[in-house]
Amino acid sequence: MEKELLNEQEIERILTRITSEILEKNKGAENICLVGIVTGGVYLAQRIAKKIKETEGIEVPVGVLDISFYRDDVSLSNKPRDIKPTNIPFSIDKKRIVLVDDVLFTGRSVRAAMDALMDFGRPEQIQLAVLIDRGHRELPITANYTGKYIPTAKTEKIKVYLKEINGKDSVVLMSQ
Amino acid sequence: MKDLIGIKELSRAQIEEILNTAKAFKEVLQRDIKKVPTLRGKTAINLFFEPSTRTRTSFELAEKRLSLDVLNFSVPTSAVVKGETLYDTLKTIEAYNVDYIVIRHSSSGAAKFIADHTEASVINAGDGINEHPTQALLDAFSILEIKGRIDGLKIAIVGDILHSRVARSNYYLLSKFDTEIRFVGPPTFLPSHPPENVKVYYRLRDGIKDADVIIMLRIQLERQKSGFIPSLKEYYHFWGLKKEDLSFVRDDAILMHPGPMNRGVEVSTEVVNDPRAIILKQVTNGIATRMAVIYLLRRS
Repeated sequence: MEKELLNEQEIERILTRITSEILEKNKGAENICLVGIVTGGVYLAQRIAKKIKETEGIEVPVGVLDISFYRDDVSLSNKPRDIKPTNIPFSIDKKRIVLVDDVLFTGRSVRAAMDALMDFGRPEQIQLAVLIDRGHRELPITANYTGKYIPTAKTEKIKVYLKEINGKDSVVLMSQ
Repeated sequence: MKDLIGIKELSRAQIEEILNTAKAFKEVLQRDIKKVPTLRGKTAINLFFEPSTRTRTSFELAEKRLSLDVLNFSVPTSAVVKGETLYDTLKTIEAYNVDYIVIRHSSSGAAKFIADHTEASVINAGDGINEHPTQALLDAFSILEIKGRIDGLKIAIVGDILHSRVARSNYYLLSKFDTEIRFVGPPTFLPSHPPENVKVYYRLRDGIKDADVIIMLRIQLERQKSGFIPSLKEYYHFWGLKKEDLSFVRDDAILMHPGPMNRGVEVSTEVVNDPRAIILKQVTNGIATRMAVIYLLRRS
């Protein structure tokens, strides 16, 4: 069974709100860098950067982070495939980094992303922005900016469709 | 895939996956902290029954950048000189609980033998005149990085094709893509029945003309003694790539060499210093490619 949770317009409004919240919390965009987690988070980060440019006139740098090499479930029999090169072409030292991901679930990806980021330098802060928080945290991690909190069953799946990858914007809940 | 024994057995998709993953590792190597925690707590052993500095160093660095614990085992310091068989050496190593075995051996088939008798992932770092798969993969990665593609390229391999495991692995790899492969060298260094998809050239300038990629092979100095070539000087005169030949090389061609080079035998100093030569880039790419291979191998 599939149920649409967010449509194009709702996603757009959420990103506008998250952008405002980021700017409010950080009192502007001066010291901010966005880092998107591959794949969905990258496009969301780029959209937020675009909105910041529109409202503040500042271009915030956007980095791409693939967390595969930092995951805690890599073993000799399980290796994540289809790895995208990480690209953080700016210094993160003393910067406020906003990590962007599409879905916050167990928190393990965010833990991996923070470990990866630390290998690039020493940011002043790391903040977290997610489009969907679906619960079921296994680590003490919470988002600073949440698009929508959606309580789910563990067996359900959340699928985020984005224009840049799928040609449409939509968030769908799939249950068996 | 548990092991990497040769390019021959790989599909094009598997090769592309390795090259793609190597791209991600190349980025890791450009960071201040050039190490990822991916294989923490796992162990690799480099078993070198043949002298090698650069391949062993490259593997060792690749392993360390993946956070593997590394053991090095080379012949002059090992029990092999005391008469231990390859099988017994392997069983001793297995008792250490190693997860990856990188092996170089002078016998073709040694890597396969080891792989068949162990649970660990085995990577062939050169077996006799059979294959040197990671060299071919790093060459392909370097070509792809600069040319943006492998399909449609004309690639000339110059030198002792017959005795070269690098040439064999490169041949197998390039044959899986839509390439024109050329073997260039004296008849004694070329196969008597070359594969159908290969063009053979006995004259250097004919072979390198219009080529997008020129891969020079190291001439093993002992070949002269066995009568394959009259003298190293004569080889250099006819088949060594020299300053005078550079005008026959395309402006956008790339010049490659697996190392170690013999200047004044297969290549001249002017060629090494030519901006089209990417020999040192190959060395850097070797680490990223070997990281990708180690990373992608897995137990079932």
